Order: sequence, then structure tokens, then C-alpha cells
Amino acid sequence: MDRASSNLVELRGLKVAFDGVQVLHGIDLDVGRGEALGLVGESGCGKSVTWLAALGLLPGKASVTGSVRLEGQELAGGPREVYEQVRGGRIAMIFQDPSSSLNPVLRIGAQIVEALSLHRGLRGDPARREALRLLDMVGIPDARRRFDLYPHEFSGGQCQRLMIAMALAGEPDLLIADEPTTALDATIQAQILDLLIQLRAETGMATVFISHDLGAVSQVCERVCVMYAGRIVEEGSVAQLFSEPRHPYTRGLFDAIPRIDGPRQRLIPIPGTVPNPRHLPEGCSFQPRCFRAVEACRVERPALVTSADGRQLACFRPVPANEPAEPRNRVTEDMLL
Amino acid sequence: MIRFIAVRILRAMITIFAVVTFAFVVLRMSGDPAQVMLGPDVPQEAVDAFRRSWGLDQPLWIQYLAYIKSIFSGDFGVSMRDKASALDLVLQRVPATLQLTLPALLLKLALGIPAGVYAALHRQSFADRGVILLAVLGFTIPSFVMGLLLVLIFAVTLGVLPSGGQDTWVHGILPTVTMSIGGIGILARFSRSAMIEVMGQPYIRTASAKGLKWHDVVWNHALPNAAVPIVTIVGFMVGSLIAGAVVVESIFSWPGIGRLLIVSVSNRDLAVVQCILLNIAATMVVSNLVVDLLYGWLDPRLRSNAAH
Repeated sequence: MDRASSNLVELRGLKVAFDGVQVLHGIDLDVGRGEALGLVGESGCGKSVTWLAALGLLPGKASVTGSVRLEGQELAGGPREVYEQVRGGRIAMIFQDPSSSLNPVLRIGAQIVEALSLHRGLRGDPARREALRLLDMVGIPDARRRFDLYPHEFSGGQCQRLMIAMALAGEPDLLIADEPTTALDATIQAQILDLLIQLRAETGMATVFISHDLGAVSQVCERVCVMYAGRIVEEGSVAQLFSEPRHPYTRGLFDAIPRIDGPRQRLIPIPGTVPNPRHLPEGCSFQPRCFRAVEACRVERPALVTSADGRQLACFRPVPANEPAEPRNRVTEDMLL
Repeated sequence: MIRFIAVRILRAMITIFAVVTFAFVVLRMSGDPAQVMLGPDVPQEAVDAFRRSWGLDQPLWIQYLAYIKSIFSGDFGVSMRDKASALDLVLQRVPATLQLTLPALLLKLALGIPAGVYAALHRQSFADRGVILLAVLGFTIPSFVMGLLLVLIFAVTLGVLPSGGQDTWVHGILPTVTMSIGGIGILARFSRSAMIEVMGQPYIRTASAKGLKWHDVVWNHALPNAAVPIVTIVGFMVGSLIAGAVVVESIFSWPGIGRLLIVSVSNRDLAVVQCILLNIAATMVVSNLVVDLLYGWLDPRLRSNAAH
């Protein structure tokens, strides 16, 4: 219980399989109160599935095992009612495609009021006033006039603001933002990120920010988990991971980002693609794409262990601290074949 | 909105006009009423007199113009057989037909939609497979086979229900059930696929993530979205309230529009057949119009499309 007091949510050994295909291979993850945690990885690495599973939002054909604790209370395997009490009120979630995440046949005001009456018992005028306040808070201009409009009458960025307003309606302790800016224009992305940062500062709610955009993660988060093929491969503070990425995959993600400072350089892509969860490679899942892989990596899978600097790392041959970027170029050539 | 309705009404009028014209031409090309009414051994003078008195000796286009003109003045012609107003003959039969088709429609709605929705929400379950199986059986067995089968079981073998006639409400049970089985199957299948489609949408996940009870997710968020495709099918069923009973009325000797149509066609009773077809077309067109308006009411996105 002493850990429960410091951590809001604790995931232990969370596994998910779809039709017998394992896509999540035991995730251990803590989210502290008020903390902003980033979850990074390529599409299909299981970052969204982790949180959909934690909230019981996966379709029935998914089999979920492991433990999901909210302030010590076990959710996993519990009846539907347990999840219904947690969703929205304790843990809210917003999604990647805001325009199709709002119900197209219900007025946006009604959708927010629905959440208010559900979690805070507000009805009628007080509910409307509170909904308008939330709309103002997330930056919907002219909210009073647009209260009775439908989702298709808003832009994608505004729909995401509406989703955030709806999430705030339950005054959650944790907001899971599942790639909230992926479907949006760059300028709108920045606005939504600013909004998330500002709201966290104002409300003190913890945020889990799921993204493949390292830049966005570094703006919003304090701590980052890098996921690959259904496992966490590196975890540490934003400063640690950004200054010294140790896992070759994390390193690869950084090398694939264009830099605006320094000389113009070719971006270094990570060769190959994310492995099919049906046919994961032997040993470390990343070894076929890894520029540092040795024989041991093909035989055994490295466990996630805490290093001396406090970060967690799952790699037999991590990138040495402060290694310059050049040496790996010559290796990538033949790996691309 | 007014423009939207006006356009739809105009289109409806054109449809009815096309049906009327088509029926007029085809009926006159498919046989001579004088021959049918008077029989084969009647002298030529009698046939000519009959044709003259009904205006059948005129060129087709003059007959047609006269017919259209009389329709617009509310005159739907006179039955060649009964010498009575065709419209009156048809309207007399409407209540009998509705006695079958309305309860059948209610049965389709009350059983088909819930069965489909339940199956969708319990996908791959035993109940789901059962619903699919029954639905396919329901709408693949033609109503004349189904009708005879039910007569065989309930009237002949068990002897619990009458096999024909219109004396009491009990006589209506078999024809109503026969007529509704196919529709229940169709509605169940459509409701099921509509619900499955909707339940996979991101906004349903949002509704769950919001903390809504499962029941509220289904009722408040899923069903209103699944309504559009379901309403389309229901609209079609409402449109065939008048015409949908031809086969079943014949099997069960039910004195409705369907039987009148069959008798009138075989007698080449032109005015009556045309009046029935006009009625059928009008019902179908009106129900389509109502469905179009319902679309806008159910789905705001269609509303704004219509406005542009």
C-alpha cells in the first residue's frame, strides 16, 4: 500500500492477445499523481492497446491478463461496473481521430452535459453553465452560440478540444491522450499540446501522452517510456532519454528526427519494419533491425532492468553514453537489403 | 428545407406519372377486355359495341389523354365488370388488406429489430448464430411456400387455426404470420449489420471511455446511429402495406386489395387495375418521402447536405 500512495496507476504484467496472437507481452508501468508520462513507439507497438486494455475498452475478442491497479484497487478482471466507475471520472481518455470520436447525431452540448450529469450529477441550467465554462476553458470560441451544433460543424482541432472538454467534465485524476494530435495540422497540433500542458498545470491531473512524435512528448512529459513490439524497451526522464538514448531503438527514433540546429544531414531511418506479432523474431524483438545486435541478442531476450542512472533498459549492448551519431551509418547500408 | 421537400414532392409526382403511364400502355397491349369480358363466342357487333361504349375504339393516345385528364379531375374510371366506380371498389378493399399488413408490420418491427440488435451485441454467441439462421430461413422461404406450410401444420394437422376466410380475428393469424416472417428475417439481418457497424465506430469507444453504462452506450449512442439503415428498410415495408399481400391474400382467400388485383387483371378490368397500381405507387412514394424526411431528422449530417 505504501507504493499505492505514491502511484496513481500501476500496471503489472499486462498482457493482451487478439485471437491468440500476443500483442502485449507484459507491461509494468507506474503513473504517479499529477505526473506527465509519455509513451513512444511506432504504430502497432502496443502503446494504445496498453491503455485501452487497462480501461477495459478493447473489443470482446481481446484477452487481457495482468494487473491494473488504481490507487491500490484492482480493476483487471473485474465486472463491467468497476470499469464504468473508473472511466471518465477517475481516468479519462481522448483519441486519435477527434472528428469520428464524437457522436455524429448528438449535439456537442448534450454530449458534454451527459458527462457532467454522469460524474457530477449536474442537470439543467447548472450543467449547461458548467459545460460552457469547460468549452471556454478548452478554447472553443463563441461557445454559447455553438452549444447546440453537431460535431460535423466543427473542425478537427476543435473536435479534439471538445473531446478534451468532455474528458475534463469528469474531473479525472488521469487523462490518457492517445495520439491526440496525429490527425491534426502542425499549427493545430501545437495549440492542442499547449492546451494539454496548460490544463495539467491548472487541474493537477496526471497525463499519459501516447505519441510517435518525440518532439511533442518532450514538450508535454517529464518521463518517457519507449515501446517496441509490445514491450517497454527503455524508460527514463525526458532529459535522460533525449541527451543519452541508450537503447538502439530509442537512438534510432532520435536519429530519424530532422534537426533545425547544426549542419544539414541526411536523416537516418531505422531499417526494416515493425515485426508481425504473429512471427516475432527470436531473442530481442528489435535485433533484426538493430545496428548493435550481436549473437546473444538473437538467442535470448534482454530483460528490462534498472541502470545506475535510474533509467530502465532492456538491451544487452546499449548505445554507450555520449556516442556520436556517425558510426552506425555504415552498418545500416547492408541491413537495408 | 422547403426547397428540399418541394423537390422531393415533384420527384414523387414524376414517379407516379411514370407508373400510371407504364401501367396504361402495358395493360392495353396485354389483351382485349372485350374478348375477356364477353367470352369467345360473342358476335363481332357486340364486341364492337362494347369497345365503343368504353372508348376502346379510339387511338391509344386519345384514350391516354382522356384518362390523364379524368385522373386530374378525380375520376378514376368505372369497373367494366361491376359498373361501379373503380376507386370505390378499391377503397372498399383497403381495410381488409390493412387488417393483415398493419399487424404484420408491427410484428416485423417488434421481433426483427430487437432480434438483430441483440445478435449484434452478442456477436458469435449461440443466440447470434440462431438469429442469423432463422433470419436466412425466414426470408429465403417464399411466402406461398411458408403459407401452405403453416396451413398444413396449424389448420390441417393440428386443426387449431382456420385455413382461410375473414370471419373472425383468428382467421387473420395465419396470413399475418405468413406475411411477417420474411420481413422479420430481413429486419433482423439489417439491424444486426447496422448495429455491428455502429458498435465498431470510435464514438462508441468514446461513450464507453466516458464512463457511461453499457445500456446507455447502446441506447443513447449506438441505436440512434443504427437507425438510418433500419429506417430505409422499414420505409420500404410501409410502402408495401397496400401491395404486399397479393400472394398471401390469395392463399388465405382474404378479400383484400391483392385478390381484387388478381381478379381484375385476369378480367382485364382496366380501370380497377390502374386504380390499384396508382394506389400502390402513391403509398410507396409517400413512404419514401417520409423516409427522406426522417433521414434528416435522424442524422444532422444529411440535413446539412440537403440544404446545400
